[in-house]
Amino acid sequence: MSTRASGRTVGGLRSLSLQAPAVTLLLIWMLIPLGMTLWFSFQRYNLLMPGMEQFAGLENYRYLLTDPALWSAMGTTLVLVGSVLAISVIGGTLLAVLYQQEFFGRGIARVLAISPFFIMPTVSALVWKNMMMHPVNGVLAWFTGLFGLPAIDWFSSYPLLSIIVIVAWQWLPFALLILLTALQSLDDDQVEAARMDGAGPVAVFFFITLPHLKRAISVVIMIQMIFLLTIFAEIFVTTSGGPGLATTNLAYLIYIRALLEFDVGGASAGGVIAIVLANIVAIFLIRMVARNLEE
Amino acid sequence: MKLTRALPLATLAAAIAAASQAQAQTEITVATVNNNDMVIMQSLTSEFEQAHPDLSVDWVILEENVLRQRLTTDIATGGGQFDVMTIGTYEVPIWAEREWLVPLTELPADYEVEDLLKPVRDGLSHDGSLHALPFYGESSMLYYRTDLFEEHGITMPEQPTWEAARDWASQIHDPDNGTYGICLRGKPGWGENMAFVSTLVNTFGGRWFDEAWQPQINSPEWQEAIAFYVDLLGNYGPPGASSNGFNENLALFSGGRCAMWVDATSAAGRLFDPRESDVAEVLGFSQAPVAVTPKGSHWLWSWSLAIPASSERQEAARRFITWATSQEYIELVGEREGWTSVPPGTRTSTYEDARYVEAAPFASFVLEAMQNADPTDSTLEPSPYVGVQFAGIPEFQAIGTQVGQMVAAALTGQMPVQQALDSAQRSAERTMRQAGYYD
Amino acid sequence: MFNKTPTTAPATAAMPPGQQALAGQGIGGALLRHKRLWLALLAWTITFVIFFPILWMVLTGFKTEAQAIATPTLFFTPTLESYEAVHARADYLHFAWNSVAVSVGSTLLALLIGIPAAYSMAFLPTQRTKGTLLWMLSTKMLPPVGVLVPIYLIFRDLGMLDTRTGLTVVYTLMNLPIVIWMLYTFFKDLPKDILEAGRMDGASTLQEVCFLLIPLTLPGIASTGLLSVILSWNEAFWSLNLTSSRAAPLTAYIASFSSPEGLFWAKLSAASTMAVAPILIFGWLTQKQMVRGLTFGAVK
Repeated sequence: MSTRASGRTVGGLRSLSLQAPAVTLLLIWMLIPLGMTLWFSFQRYNLLMPGMEQFAGLENYRYLLTDPALWSAMGTTLVLVGSVLAISVIGGTLLAVLYQQEFFGRGIARVLAISPFFIMPTVSALVWKNMMMHPVNGVLAWFTGLFGLPAIDWFSSYPLLSIIVIVAWQWLPFALLILLTALQSLDDDQVEAARMDGAGPVAVFFFITLPHLKRAISVVIMIQMIFLLTIFAEIFVTTSGGPGLATTNLAYLIYIRALLEFDVGGASAGGVIAIVLANIVAIFLIRMVARNLEE
Repeated sequence: MKLTRALPLATLAAAIAAASQAQAQTEITVATVNNNDMVIMQSLTSEFEQAHPDLSVDWVILEENVLRQRLTTDIATGGGQFDVMTIGTYEVPIWAEREWLVPLTELPADYEVEDLLKPVRDGLSHDGSLHALPFYGESSMLYYRTDLFEEHGITMPEQPTWEAARDWASQIHDPDNGTYGICLRGKPGWGENMAFVSTLVNTFGGRWFDEAWQPQINSPEWQEAIAFYVDLLGNYGPPGASSNGFNENLALFSGGRCAMWVDATSAAGRLFDPRESDVAEVLGFSQAPVAVTPKGSHWLWSWSLAIPASSERQEAARRFITWATSQEYIELVGEREGWTSVPPGTRTSTYEDARYVEAAPFASFVLEAMQNADPTDSTLEPSPYVGVQFAGIPEFQAIGTQVGQMVAAALTGQMPVQQALDSAQRSAERTMRQAGYYD
Repeated sequence: MFNKTPTTAPATAAMPPGQQALAGQGIGGALLRHKRLWLALLAWTITFVIFFPILWMVLTGFKTEAQAIATPTLFFTPTLESYEAVHARADYLHFAWNSVAVSVGSTLLALLIGIPAAYSMAFLPTQRTKGTLLWMLSTKMLPPVGVLVPIYLIFRDLGMLDTRTGLTVVYTLMNLPIVIWMLYTFFKDLPKDILEAGRMDGASTLQEVCFLLIPLTLPGIASTGLLSVILSWNEAFWSLNLTSSRAAPLTAYIASFSSPEGLFWAKLSAASTMAVAPILIFGWLTQKQMVRGLTFGAVK
């Protein structure tokens, strides 16, 4: 959108030279490992079997695509991403509206409520596993005990739900932070005017607040999606993907192949599939969200 | 990669830090498991450094699964990040065969190699030479609470059976008061739940593979053993049993939550130590229970220290591992931490030491269990592999991990036993076929 | 404390969102005060629930191991026992310094590379700009474990295993897509005339960036940097796999306490508290700044 006569070419050249370092670095970061991953994915290559490397053709892909675990892992990934997104967007919006009200100690409450976002995923998983959800010593077990109810064995009875709770606990505050910020720029006069026209609080929320938050919600969805697709630490620390395959998502499945079985060929094939999936998501969803951002 | 190497800002911080700590000494990096005996070893680092002023030790202490993954990645790629690795009886022969480990020949005379227990020494040897030195060794046995057994009028026979154990567990199980009939490993992993489950399958007459390397995981013996395990631990075990490994169960049992526990003999020292355990006064022990056959009913394992061939400080590392597995070290721990805390199951001299035998009533018992566990003959029907609670082939890690997950799924009721084992069998077959054992 | 409100459900019902404007209108003082009270109660109850795990972790760190597994209580005699035990096991400052050096270093580096890139995307867009941006973001969706072995081999050959430099480089590349994207949204919102005016005065691109763009978008750049520091600090996969001792940050420190040896809850809590305390305090102190930056760009 350069306004000068020669803007287009000059802009093209300048933009090329300025983007060059970032693009080159990312290309290296992507292409070298990607190239190696692609190469390995066609090899029979197990770390524990040195000297046995040989060309395997599509063997690794056939093995992976016929593995029932792959489809279950994709399902788990979708459920995990979908539920955490839903919780953090809906919960984040409601909480943002709540924390926007005047109340005693609002500043401190806000800071405390966004705190989980700063906590390391490993630590939050450890705390939830050992201190909150532990069926013998956990706070939740004690809490249900107060009402004479039996302790819930979270990670065996509701493994995926437990993971969702932990992950949502970390990401809801992020959504809250972003949405609260966005809410602060809401034009008070507009709300006031709507009220004068007799709009109730619910109407104000749906017809003024929510449309105003559209862009912020897009940001939340996009950033969180990137991180949620590769959730790993929370699963690793708490359920190790189990029981059975109940909490094995795609990232964890690749981890099992790569680092528990040391099958680099198979893991690389999994990596390639993950890249393909990531790009499909990128093309469809991000583009959708990005359009929202352009407005 | 020129670009990334020439990044000035990134190197700045590193350079400042590096310059500030000039290195007059050889620094060795020791990677180990966060088990109690290793934590003691770490706390005695200064003793070692005083005796060897030209050496200093950096520690990397990790949970078993993470450690194994880190070490395997490093050694298989020749990364050279570690100078001493803590590995087990499973890895040593496999890694030694690939020449990843430095053979430990010509050990100093005062190390007294012959003093190391023979089954342990055999397990750590490849082609007749040691490739790792045992830090502690263990078999498995049954721990129980004498007070609870007396209260219910049960006497422990010399060799309990699993049938009887279930019976006792059902009598004593009292979840409302926080006492559970039995604690067993449930956390998935070939070194966690499958270590225990393998011994259970062995004694029920099952095996991992037949002589043609065909997995036997949905055989009737396995089905019976796993159904028994699910029933026993599901009904009379603690809540959350599927996430309990060795360390979690140790915490539960020493906190007085379990009436029985079948696990590593190496826990005995800690359980008998009143500073660490609430049940030291009422602790009983017996042989691991049996079902159809006594063969393979208790395991044999040792955590050992090895030097990767990729290490650049092999001589220093050798001095460290000969110190940490020496009689002198055992003596040091005995004096400092008390004799029940010495690393067990490695040396004959430990079991001849009056101070140890007196402090540890279980000593001779453990020694016997270790000596009659035979990794080369641990199944009722013949099997082609070496190992009691594992099969000594590289593919076993993958198979053990998959089967472990399925057993955990059966334990939590996510899947019926039959279905879990069928699915485990299929994935084991896939792995073996992919590895080229058969078409 | 604040969790003793048996009537939170009615409170929720009585307080639909968007009620704040009522305050300004001054309808019936008593009713209003009543609503205010319920509002505060509701908000604080939710805050308490969200913050509780962190609070509990900090409290447990000051208990003995026996107290840690006893019936939960908020009142006990604090002890530093666990901190002493944790301190004896590992040199906290060594790990903490690695965390600081790596997360700050990688953030500065990412900004250094990201600002020119975002500048050109925002002010000199071509047809490929949007595609490039999307592609950059999609690189973040690849599970890192899929490329661990290749990266490990490369790092081995470059001698970057267990070095702060290596980890800094990885974090820079890991955060670069997010950094560029955020900066892009900030830059794009800047009125074009301002830069245009500068250019008329004969400013070079470098001057333009240094004297106009950066000062004008400083809040945005700051909040991008803060986010990048937080993400680097909390990253636990690369740090565990590419370092062993010399360059190991706090995530590796926590890993050595992550499975129990005997009773370990209090020690785990103490170690966790120490690992998250710096970044948590950092987050608290800078959250205003972060919010200010965000208002300015992406989520306006």
